[in-house]
Amino acid sequence: MNTREKEEYLREYEVLKKKGKPFFPYAIMKDSVMACVVVAVIIFMSLYLGAEQGPKADPTTTTYVPRPEWYFFFLFELLRVIKPPELVPIATIGVPTIAMVLLLLLPFYDRNPERNPLKRPIASIAGIMTIVAMAFLTFLGANAGSPTDIEIDVAPEYEAGKLVAAQSGCLACHQFGENGNNGPGPKLTEIGARLNPAAIARSLEIGPGIMPSYASMAEDEPEKFSDLVAFLSSLNGEEEVAASEASTTDQSVESAGGDAAVVEPDAGSSADGAGATTGSGETP
Amino acid sequence: MPDLQKLLPPPMRRPPKPGHPNGAGNGDAPAALKNGDEPESPVTDNPGKRLTTGVKDAPADLVGWVDERMGATSFLTAMLMRKIPKGTNWFYTLGSATLFAFVVQAITGVFLAMYYTPSPVEAYASITHLTNDVFLGEFVRGMHKWGASVMVILIFVHMARTFFFGAYKYPREINWVIGVVLLILTMTMGFTGYLLPFDQRSYWATIVGVNINGTGPLVGPYLSDFLRAGPEFGATTLQRFYAIHMLLVPGAIIAMIGAHLYLVVKMGTTAPPWLRADRKPKESRSHEVDAIANGDGANGSSGNGAAS
Repeated sequence: MNTREKEEYLREYEVLKKKGKPFFPYAIMKDSVMACVVVAVIIFMSLYLGAEQGPKADPTTTTYVPRPEWYFFFLFELLRVIKPPELVPIATIGVPTIAMVLLLLLPFYDRNPERNPLKRPIASIAGIMTIVAMAFLTFLGANAGSPTDIEIDVAPEYEAGKLVAAQSGCLACHQFGENGNNGPGPKLTEIGARLNPAAIARSLEIGPGIMPSYASMAEDEPEKFSDLVAFLSSLNGEEEVAASEASTTDQSVESAGGDAAVVEPDAGSSADGAGATTGSGETP
Repeated sequence: MPDLQKLLPPPMRRPPKPGHPNGAGNGDAPAALKNGDEPESPVTDNPGKRLTTGVKDAPADLVGWVDERMGATSFLTAMLMRKIPKGTNWFYTLGSATLFAFVVQAITGVFLAMYYTPSPVEAYASITHLTNDVFLGEFVRGMHKWGASVMVILIFVHMARTFFFGAYKYPREINWVIGVVLLILTMTMGFTGYLLPFDQRSYWATIVGVNINGTGPLVGPYLSDFLRAGPEFGATTLQRFYAIHMLLVPGAIIAMIGAHLYLVVKMGTTAPPWLRADRKPKESRSHEVDAIANGDGANGSSGNGAAS
């Protein structure tokens, strides 16, 4: 804005102000009505949505995958949308920082004297796009389901193992059906068809490649571990078949590497050393 | 440019002129002021009379007595009787609504602080006690929890209104910057407050949040060390978040709100951008804008038009 435009604006504003009404009672009335609406909405939300308390914080669990408050969903969703590891710093650092700086400096780079939103299309469209993008990311974040969810239908006896898999961070590197990240680890949707249970158990304990070892789980919580192996073995891409096969036989197999007994209810496989070795090579 | 000259002395220090258009001439001032919220607000018939009675009959008149020692009348009169531009509509209540949501947060927060223990061992139990045993405890906690969401929504809508109305432009640039700082501070409140219930959800979300902070440019690692009170999440982290949540950031927010409001009063609220002072011939305006202006002008002149 140059000096002439500034003076013109101030003159115009002065005229409109002279034609206006005093702050009291007109604006105060509207503000008070609005304040009542705000407090009524807050009270309503408090009464109907409540303030439930989750389970106590436990720093020793490593399986709890957190969700932020909903108004940070768009930031978290940004992280999910941008998958390649080399781009993640851009999502976490770049976008929010740039957005913040752009927002702070808005009056200094938008020097168009026009104020009517209909007459400054670029600014208006940019604003609307920003709102739509944030709303869309928030919507995605709200509907993404818990990041710990695996939405594959399995037979009831594998539900426990599915929960263990969901909470053990497998989804960070592996994909189960539609859930989880596709990479760096292979898809596990049909892992049961490719590896026998003993091979799966071995892979979990060794942690081939960059995959972390789950040997401590096999030692400390053998039941969880066997549930996990059973669940993974049941994944052969055809959910119904897996369920019916599984219900026929239950067989106990000594896991090759550790002292934990792995209960695996898939009849077609036995713990042979060759299978376990190839398995550990393929599984990461 | 009369407005620029008005900027120089703060109104609270300038005694009202006897013939001030906002004071003596306004018929509904006294009744209106008496209905005001503040019981101690110094009320007189008009500023001119106040000056004389204040000096001569102070002991007989409590309001005059107070006012003689505070001189608040002129400030209040200038505040309350200042003109707001033609066409001001319901969109202009969003800022005060955000402020009110903050007040709700402050009040409920004080009551929560009376029962909360910011130690990793006792925090969860104190929230359980507050929720289950304390009278209206869950209700107040719910208000604080959901009030945060309401405040965040309101602050974003208020910012969107400011953006689309071009209200951040000359001469209100600084107020926009202060507003963005307030937005960041409000998000900081949301972030630090999320840890305090100390359940699984809040604990792990905060760990992830602090780690993400740590990847920030330049100050990032120092910021997350500061937040955690060390390189790892420790026993003092919760206390640190508590102090930030209820002392540091609220103090900053209150100071910033003060500056924000000061500038709002100083610069005046904007008129809707489609309104033009009717000094120019009508041909210079487009029909579309004209229609909007007339429509809203009608609302404005009826005083309390319906929500637009």
